[in-house]
Amino acid sequence: MSLQRKRTHPHKFLLWVAIGSIIMMFAGLTSAYIVKRSQAGWIMLEIPTIFWYSTVTILLSSVAVHFAVKAFKDRNIPKYKQMVWITAVLGIAFLIMQIIGFMQFSRMDIRLVGAGSNASYSFLLAIAGLHAVHVLGGVIALTVIGIRAMSARSKSYNAVPVEVVATYWHFVDILWIYLILFFNWMK
Amino acid sequence: MSSESPVHGHEEVISSHVHAGHEVHHHHHHEESFVSKYVFSQDHKMIAKQFLITGMIWAVIGGLFSVLFRLQLGYPEMTFPILEDIFGKWAAGGRISNDFYYSLVTMHGTILVFFVLTAGLSGTFANLLIPLQIGARDMASPMLNMLSYWFFFLASIIMFSSLFLQSGPASGGWTIYPPLSALGQATEGSKLGMDFWLVSMAMFIVSSLLGGLNYISTILNMRTKGMSMTRMPLTIWAIFFTAVLGVLSFPVLLSGAILLLFDRNLGTSFYLSEIVVKGEILPNEGGSPILFQHLFWFLGHPEVYIILLPAMGMVSEVLSVNSRKPIFGYLAMVGSLFAICILAFLVWAHHMFVTGLNPFLGAFFVLLTLLIAVPSAIKVFNWLTTLWRGNLRLTPGMLFSIGFVSLFISGGLTGIFLGNSTLDIHLHDTYFVVAHFHIVMGVASMFGMFAGVYHWFPKMYGRFMNNTLAYIHFWVTLAGAYLIFWPMHYSGLAGMPRRYTDYSNWHSFNMFQDMSRFISSVAMVVFAVQLLFIFNFFYSIFKGRRVTSTNPWGANTLEWTTPVNPGHGNWPGEIPEVHRWAYDYGKDGRDFISQTEPVGADESKH
Repeated sequence: MSLQRKRTHPHKFLLWVAIGSIIMMFAGLTSAYIVKRSQAGWIMLEIPTIFWYSTVTILLSSVAVHFAVKAFKDRNIPKYKQMVWITAVLGIAFLIMQIIGFMQFSRMDIRLVGAGSNASYSFLLAIAGLHAVHVLGGVIALTVIGIRAMSARSKSYNAVPVEVVATYWHFVDILWIYLILFFNWMK
Repeated sequence: MSSESPVHGHEEVISSHVHAGHEVHHHHHHEESFVSKYVFSQDHKMIAKQFLITGMIWAVIGGLFSVLFRLQLGYPEMTFPILEDIFGKWAAGGRISNDFYYSLVTMHGTILVFFVLTAGLSGTFANLLIPLQIGARDMASPMLNMLSYWFFFLASIIMFSSLFLQSGPASGGWTIYPPLSALGQATEGSKLGMDFWLVSMAMFIVSSLLGGLNYISTILNMRTKGMSMTRMPLTIWAIFFTAVLGVLSFPVLLSGAILLLFDRNLGTSFYLSEIVVKGEILPNEGGSPILFQHLFWFLGHPEVYIILLPAMGMVSEVLSVNSRKPIFGYLAMVGSLFAICILAFLVWAHHMFVTGLNPFLGAFFVLLTLLIAVPSAIKVFNWLTTLWRGNLRLTPGMLFSIGFVSLFISGGLTGIFLGNSTLDIHLHDTYFVVAHFHIVMGVASMFGMFAGVYHWFPKMYGRFMNNTLAYIHFWVTLAGAYLIFWPMHYSGLAGMPRRYTDYSNWHSFNMFQDMSRFISSVAMVVFAVQLLFIFNFFYSIFKGRRVTSTNPWGANTLEWTTPVNPGHGNWPGEIPEVHRWAYDYGKDGRDFISQTEPVGADESKH
């Protein structure tokens, strides 16, 4: 059994495969974007400024979740709880900024969907929207481990769930950075 | 199930020993309720049975649909008043309406490709065999495994309810190409039925992904001591590659489907451009329907291997066990599975040769497509050499495996025709294509599935299926499959297109009317024989001959070291340790040597 103990925990491994799968989905979407871009009637995309603020927010949240894992491993549970909730709040702030960003388009009279919409903006909505759904999933996971840490009943020193959530959170962060660089670079 | 509680007691000990400290959630009820045992079960064996039986229900529905549209194709001049009684306006005057015909064809394809041969096949045998054959107590995450089934169930409910919509189920073909599938005004089937189809498939994709993630991490992380990758049975290798294909290709279909949902419901123009439908000029501009085809076939082609590979794996195992010989060329078998897995991602555009694809680009796809013949030929050669001078036991499972090899050869050869972009100009969208993919992917994989069901039924239910019924099932299905699809090659070569309800006024092709009637008649007989199989299956669960020994086939793999009816946890004691590969048959004068037997002093390791 000594061999198996050295292996990656099955749940962590599960997450890595899932990440591969999510990457394929966004690879599919961004390559569709590249294909569409070379066709007629394409409008160049303007990324709203607030998306850069949301990028900073999600980067900060990644730092927070990193400290959460560190605190958990040091058995510093009060700090761990604090960091988990900070991450979750930053995640929600990110989502709100994304929504504000998309609302700005309508003020700029750019149609994302419906008649007169251009596929470039529709793509931005579809891709960033799907990313937001993944962030929302992360926020829910953070809330779950946050509540679990609050309830006095279960005292667990098992770091696996925390590490799984943290890895996922770093992933959605990196995914967003890729996406915003992609959209910016594709201009 | 009397061994339930000691199993659990032990499981706690073993598993906390294996991965120390993650066993927070391992509080099983020792007395399982009906709901936790049969409904929301987390036992991989029960989930496998759930997948199998749901898949069988779907197979009957999908098969029945093919009988209905074959009725139309075989007897276009006749009326069947009973159809009007059942289907109302869809079969007004006892004739299947055009819309209904297209719905039937679409649903037949969707059901058989996804619900039967993906969920029913992979879902069943991956769940049943992975923990049993690699020596694990359950999947990496039994919870996700259960969710995988219930997402499939949800997808099934949504797809099934779409059959009862007023505007009918989706009817744009199982490939749902836009713009037809994107525009509700274009056809009845593109109204609500299409939304149901897309949502159902989204659920289905979630189910496949959850399943696939679990299969991969279980195979890579939870093998018992001594079970190195090269000692795994070929079933597990095949399931592993299948899961990799699924995890990498299904998300791309999901992206394609999401964009289609946007186009349908939010007025975007991902796939739509400059369309006039029924006199109405649509505002959509700048979209590209070809984009959808790329996204679809990037899944769609791996999908055919998702269907075929598990069948290949099970056939390899069953052939070896029942030839009483080691599988010929084990590593070549693994290597060819790997090659197929890689090539599966590089050939999608051969479905798109006539879409205006650059012929220069097409040449590469022709080359890559024809390359698949190499690993396929390796596999066929190895199956034949495994059979060669074997001590054959013609059990039903074995017959279906041999039938699989036969069908794979016949269907594979026509793939070489279709893989050529020049020939494809003539052959594409004809009955030649229908014959090709039904034989090589449809019937062959069904044969693999039947082989698996007959072979592992004793493990699933502790009883045997009835052999006489099984032999009738085999011979009629094999003969029927060839009689149905072989003639289609001829009409296809003559250029007879698919997707028409009635050829009787089409002078080029109405000479095939008698042949079409013959095909339809055989199809009905074959369908009836499948019902015989279903009867045999359910009858044998309760009344079949009991299995008395733990290893009725004299096989080497670990699932036959468990009790006849293994409880949750599979082995009552310690998980057995593995010392050798799975194919020591007829070695050193012994009929078979189980994987658990240590390597003797006079043997070399492998």
